[in-house]
Amino acid sequence: MTDAPKRTPLYDLHVELGGKMVDFAGWEMPVQYPMGIMGEHNHSRAKAGLFDVSHMGQVILRGENVGEKLETLCPQAYATLKEGKARYGFFTNEEGGIMDDLIVSNAGEYFYVVVNAALRHQDIPHMTANLDGVEVTEIFDRALVAVQGPSAENVVGDLCPAARDLKFMETTVADINGVECRISRLGYTGEDGYEISIPDDKAVDVCRAFLAHDDCEPAGLGARDSLRLEAGLCLYGNDIDQSTSPVEASLGWAMQKRRKEEGGFPGAARVQKELAEGAAKKLVGIKPDGRAPARQHVEIQCLEGNTIGEITSGGFGPTVGGPVAMGYVSAGHGQPGEKVNLIIRGKVQPAEIVSLPFVQQNYKR
Amino acid sequence: MAIYYSEEHEWVLVEGDTATIGITQHAADQLGEIVFVEQKEEGDDFEKGDEIGVIESVKAASEIYAPVDGEVVAVNGDLEENPGKLNESPEGDAWIYKIKLSDASQLEDLMDLDGYKALIG
Repeated sequence: MTDAPKRTPLYDLHVELGGKMVDFAGWEMPVQYPMGIMGEHNHSRAKAGLFDVSHMGQVILRGENVGEKLETLCPQAYATLKEGKARYGFFTNEEGGIMDDLIVSNAGEYFYVVVNAALRHQDIPHMTANLDGVEVTEIFDRALVAVQGPSAENVVGDLCPAARDLKFMETTVADINGVECRISRLGYTGEDGYEISIPDDKAVDVCRAFLAHDDCEPAGLGARDSLRLEAGLCLYGNDIDQSTSPVEASLGWAMQKRRKEEGGFPGAARVQKELAEGAAKKLVGIKPDGRAPARQHVEIQCLEGNTIGEITSGGFGPTVGGPVAMGYVSAGHGQPGEKVNLIIRGKVQPAEIVSLPFVQQNYKR
Repeated sequence: MAIYYSEEHEWVLVEGDTATIGITQHAADQLGEIVFVEQKEEGDDFEKGDEIGVIESVKAASEIYAPVDGEVVAVNGDLEENPGKLNESPEGDAWIYKIKLSDASQLEDLMDLDGYKALIG
């Protein structure tokens, strides 16, 4: 029974709402509801989608100087992360590859970290072993949901006025329907919205309260993937992994100036060398000219016919109204506007390198 | 006129020595929202079991396998611009090919509607 997929506190609600359940990273999660992936995607761009992301790992870090200690594992400036602020980051390995990406929040009395579902079992021991004097506690009794879209402020704010006052990448604790929740204004769709950590026994009640709002509909993993792809956000395991460096992954923006200059994180030598001299490859946006989606592992060629890289994420972008993709191309390629060819099922399909994101981000700054 | 079904969830509507083929509503429902169809061209011939096209939904790519031997005599070009029609009327307007049958005896290996209903439960 150890291999049976786990269920989140919202499992019964997903089934009640008609969710089509699939095994994802060892969890039984809804890939879509009766509205369908495209409908849920479009609804999340137009109004608001409610996503269950309870499979992700929630972790509390307590101790002295937690932010400074996190800097020994991550190339982010967490020592200077102000109370009430959240920041995207990643653990690097000794070779400068990305072990996982995460969101770190300074909650005042402690740090709150959210890591990928599939890497909980790597990340918790990694922090426990390497953060001296820090108590690392994985949270097992709270659900995590995301409310994403232009109506998210009303969906959440109608129940919790404090949520309206948060700006992008800010976090607080506040009551929703009498339940104490951690509310962070961020997400994985490119839209304004929140991620909300809720005690597991109250999670269904709080979600029902969100869904009672006319603008809020449940959305599954399918829409989550197409939304993040259009927003140009990396998916760990597809676009970034143990071998790809943050410079290759075009994540230079996520490393603060002081950290890039000082180093002091695992693999800093490679990262600093690539920052100075350029990386061997880089992650770019790719827009196929035709209608055929270019999925993971599709070969990218330059017009002369040499292989220059591979698609790492790709599919149909409902907001774009056509196929969208991201992939790596070798150094010397990757300028927006560059024409390339994709080899899809043996056929040459023309495409163009484009700036990310495909859909303008809509954050509340 | 007779209609047959394959285990790969295709229907084959036979009129004399030609047939219209497409995917079943059950298949379309399983695939999810269809966004792209890759088709063979008029004049292409194929054998039973050959890949004769690809249907891409928002979820994944799925091959279409030839239910019988034959030759493409007409392609439903409407699907190139309107792949979503395959979700709306896969057993009607959104047929995929008209073909000339090479070996009508192969139809005996396919199922009738009752057989297909039993297959999909």
